[in-house]
Amino acid sequence: MARDSQAALVALNRFGFGARGGASGDLVNASSDPRGFVKAELSRPNGVLLEAPGLQPTPQLGQAVFAYQDQVKQAREAAKAAAPAETPAQAPADQKPPLRRNLSLNAAAEITGQMADAKPAGSAPQPETMQPSAAAPQPAAKPAPQPLNVIQKAFRAEALARLQRATLAECGFTERLVAFWSNHFCISASKGELARIWAGAFEREAIRPHVLGRFADMLRAVEQHPAMLFFLDNQQSLGPDSRAGQNRKRGLNENLAREIMELHTLGVGGGYTQGDVTSLARIITGWTFAGRQGQLGAPGSFVFNVNAHQPGPQVLLGKTYDQAGLAQGEAALADLARHPSTANFIATKFVRHFVADDPPPALVARLRDVFVKTDGDLKAMATALVDSDEAWTAPLTKMRSPYDFLVASGRLLARVPEDPGLYLNSLNLLGQPLWSPPGPNGFPDSNAAWAAPEGIKLRLDIAAQIGARLGNNIDPLDLLEFAAADAASAETRRTIERAESRQQALALLLMSPEMQRR
Amino acid sequence: MTDCVENRLLTSRRGLLLGGASFAAWAYLPKFARAADGRDPRLIVVILRGALDGLSTVAPLGDPDYAGLHGSIALAADGAHPAIMLDSFFALHPAMPEFARMYRDKHAAVIHAVATPYRDRSHFDGQDVLESGYAGPGRVQSGWLNRALEVLPRGERVSSGLAVGPTTPLVLRGSAPTVGWAPVALPQADDDTAMRLVELYRHRDPALASALSQGLQLDKAASGDDMKAARGNAVAQMRQVARGAAKLMAADDGPRIAALAFDGWDTHANEGGPVGRLAFLLGGLDGALAEFESGLRNRWRDTVVVVATEFGRTARINGTEGTDHGTGTIALLAGGAVQGGRVISDWPGLKLANLYEGRDLKPTTDLRSVIKGVLQDQFGLSDRVLAETVFPDSASARPMKGLVA
Repeated sequence: MARDSQAALVALNRFGFGARGGASGDLVNASSDPRGFVKAELSRPNGVLLEAPGLQPTPQLGQAVFAYQDQVKQAREAAKAAAPAETPAQAPADQKPPLRRNLSLNAAAEITGQMADAKPAGSAPQPETMQPSAAAPQPAAKPAPQPLNVIQKAFRAEALARLQRATLAECGFTERLVAFWSNHFCISASKGELARIWAGAFEREAIRPHVLGRFADMLRAVEQHPAMLFFLDNQQSLGPDSRAGQNRKRGLNENLAREIMELHTLGVGGGYTQGDVTSLARIITGWTFAGRQGQLGAPGSFVFNVNAHQPGPQVLLGKTYDQAGLAQGEAALADLARHPSTANFIATKFVRHFVADDPPPALVARLRDVFVKTDGDLKAMATALVDSDEAWTAPLTKMRSPYDFLVASGRLLARVPEDPGLYLNSLNLLGQPLWSPPGPNGFPDSNAAWAAPEGIKLRLDIAAQIGARLGNNIDPLDLLEFAAADAASAETRRTIERAESRQQALALLLMSPEMQRR
Repeated sequence: MTDCVENRLLTSRRGLLLGGASFAAWAYLPKFARAADGRDPRLIVVILRGALDGLSTVAPLGDPDYAGLHGSIALAADGAHPAIMLDSFFALHPAMPEFARMYRDKHAAVIHAVATPYRDRSHFDGQDVLESGYAGPGRVQSGWLNRALEVLPRGERVSSGLAVGPTTPLVLRGSAPTVGWAPVALPQADDDTAMRLVELYRHRDPALASALSQGLQLDKAASGDDMKAARGNAVAQMRQVARGAAKLMAADDGPRIAALAFDGWDTHANEGGPVGRLAFLLGGLDGALAEFESGLRNRWRDTVVVVATEFGRTARINGTEGTDHGTGTIALLAGGAVQGGRVISDWPGLKLANLYEGRDLKPTTDLRSVIKGVLQDQFGLSDRVLAETVFPDSASARPMKGLVA
C-alpha cells in the first residue's frame, strides 16, 4: 500500500468535499487506494437519496404555500374591511382593527410555521441567525425577530439536510455530483414562494434519484417537476389552439423550451433554430402543476393539462412528433437526451467542472463516447472520469466554489452544522446563495468567477471569523495533517507554524492554496 | 438564455453582492485627466442583463402598429400613468422622470432601433457579444472597454476603487488592470493576517496573490463611507450601488472609467405597462442615473453614462403578457457631456413586413457605432483603434458623430 498524499488530495479535493478532521482517517484511506476511495460511493446508488424526518414531498410543500398565501390574504382582507382608512396604524389605540391586522398576519405565519415544525429535524431555527437569502430588509436596530414562516422553515430544513449530508459524506463524490447536476438543471429559489419551498425537494426528487442513473430519466424528471415548470414559466404557457388558449386569449411562453435545448441538452451551438424552440414550446404546453383548487390533481403535483396542450403533430429538429398528449413531449425529451450535441455538451461541462476550466479534449471525447455508448448512463460517465489518467495528473487548479469552500472547512473542523444560518449567510456574501443562481444557466464554473479580488477578500474575512470563533480549541498543524499531510507545501506549513495565534493560523490554513484549490 | 426569473429582484437581497448589480473600474487615471483645458472625462457603462424591452422603455407612440403589438402592456400618452413625450413620436416610460428631466435639459439622449451585430437570441451569447465587442459569441477573454483602456495613456493608479460584486463584468475584463469593491457587513480580517496570506500566495499561488492584493486595496478605499451591505428592494439597491460608485468616482484620485451591470430585465411574463415589473426596474435605473448625477457633482458635466442591453424583445407580446427574446432595442446616454434632448433613430416601422424575422424591432443602428462615437469624443480614440482593437472587424460601423458636446 503505497502512500501517496498527492493522489489522496486529488481523490478528496478534486472529486470530493475535502478530508474530514477528527478520527476520520480520510487522508490515510484515500492515500492507500485513491481510485477505490472515490469509487466506493458509486456502488451505493441509494446513498445518493436524501430522506430526513420532516422533509416533505413537493405536493405537500406546495399546499403549505397555498395555505400560507390564503391566510396572509385573508388577514389582509380582514384588515382592509375593518379599517378602510389608508393608515390604520394611526387609528386611535382603542380601536381594534389595526391591532388585529398585525395579529392576524403573525398568527398566519405562526400557524403555518407550526405545521412545518411538526418534524423532528434537527433544524430548530435560531431566530438570531440570518434568514435565508430572500430575507426581507432587516432593520438596523434589530427588533424582536420575526418568526420564520413555513416557506423559510422548509427552505432551512432542506438546506440543513444537504449541508449535513455533505459534511458527513466519506469522500463526498456523489454529493459533488448532486451539486453539479443540480446546478446544471438549476432553478432559483428567488423566483417566488413556491420556488423557495420547492428548491430542496426538486433536488431530492428530480436530481438525486438519477445521479447514478440515466440522463434521460433525470431530464424527464426535471422538466416535469413543478419547481422547474414554475421557474421557467411553463405553467403559464398555453397552446394557441388549445381550448384554454382559445378561451383565455393567452398563449405560448417559450422560456422553458429554449432553456431545455440551450442549457439542459444540446447547448447553445447545438444545432437548433428559433423554429425548434417554438415547436418544443408547443410540444410541452400542458405540462404544468395542479393549482390550489386542485381541479387537475393534487395541488402542487405535476399534471398534464390536455386543455392547455397545443393539438396536432409538431416538427422538432427535423423529426415529426405526432404522439398525442404527454407522450409527445416525452418522446421529444428522449430524443434530445440522446442527441450527439447533448453528449458533447454534457461531457464538456462535466470535465470542466471536475478537471480544468479548459477541459482536456481527449478526456472530453472519451466521456462523450461513454455517454453515447451507454445511452446516457451517468454512473458510467462518472466512473470513466475516475478511471482516466487526466483526472489524476492534471494539476489542482480549479478554485473551490464558495459552497465547496464552506463545506470543506466544516468537514476539516469536524463541525456538523446544526443550523444552516451561518452557511446561508456566508453563501449570500460570497455570491453563491444556495439554490438561487442569477439565471437558469446556474452559477459559473470557472476560476474567473470564484477567484475575483472581492470574492477572495470576502473569503478571508469569513475565514478570519471562523478562526476567531474556533481557533482556540484546535491545533492548526494537526488540521494541516488531516487536510494535506506531506502534500502540503513547505510555505503553507511555515506560514501556519509562524502565525501569531491559533486563530490566525486557522484562518490562514482555511485560505491556503491546499484548501482553496481542487 | 436566461434569466428568466421573475420577481427575482423583488424577493432576494442577493442583488447587491452578485450579478444583480456588479461594478468594476479601471485601476488607472487616464493621463490626460486634469489636463490643461480642465476637462476630466468620465465614462460609466451600464449593462442591463436579460434584454431590455426597448419598445416599453421608449415607446414609439407615433407608430400606428405599436399599440396593437404591445397590447395590454403598451404605454399611452393618456391614462393614470401617461408616458412622457420626448418628441412628437417617442415617449418615455413614466417610471423614468429623472431621465426625462435630463433629456429636457439636453443631457440625455436615446438611440432607438439599435442592436449589437448578434442576431440570435441567447442571452449569454448576446451578452458575450455586447460586452466582448467581437462580432460573434465565444470570445470571452476580454471586453471592449478593457481594450479601450489599454490604448489610453496611463497615468497614476487610482487610490480608491469600486465595484460591487465578486466578479468583474466581461466588458471590463482583460489585461488592463481593474479594481472592484463590494460593501461588506462582515467584520474584516486584520491587516497582519491578510499580509501573511498575500505572502504565502506570492510563493505558492500568484493568481490568488494578485486577486487578494486587489481585494484588500479596494476594500480600504471604500470603507468609511455609508455603504453598508444593501438591504431592501431592487430600486434601493440599484441606487445604492450607483451612489457608492459615484462617490468614489467623484474623488480627484478616483476611477474615471467604470462598468456596472444590473440583472433582471428578462420580462417573459407579466412584464407590466406603465406600472408593474418592468416599471419597477426602470425606476431603479432612473434612480441610479440620478445618483450618478448628484454624486459626481461638478464632474457630472464631463461624464457620459452609456446604458446598453444584449438585445431587445419581441414586438408583439407573448401569451403571458410578457415579451420573448428579440433583436432591436434602445441604448441610453446620460450625463452633462451628452449632446442630448434627442431620440436618434432611423425608425424601421413596426409593420409586420418591417419586423426582423417577422417578430422583432428591426435594428437600423449598430450599437458599436454609438459606443465608438462616445469613446472617440470622450477619450479621443482613433477610427483605426476603434475598428481594429476595441471592436475588432467593425470598420463598417462608423463612429457616430456628435454624441458628446
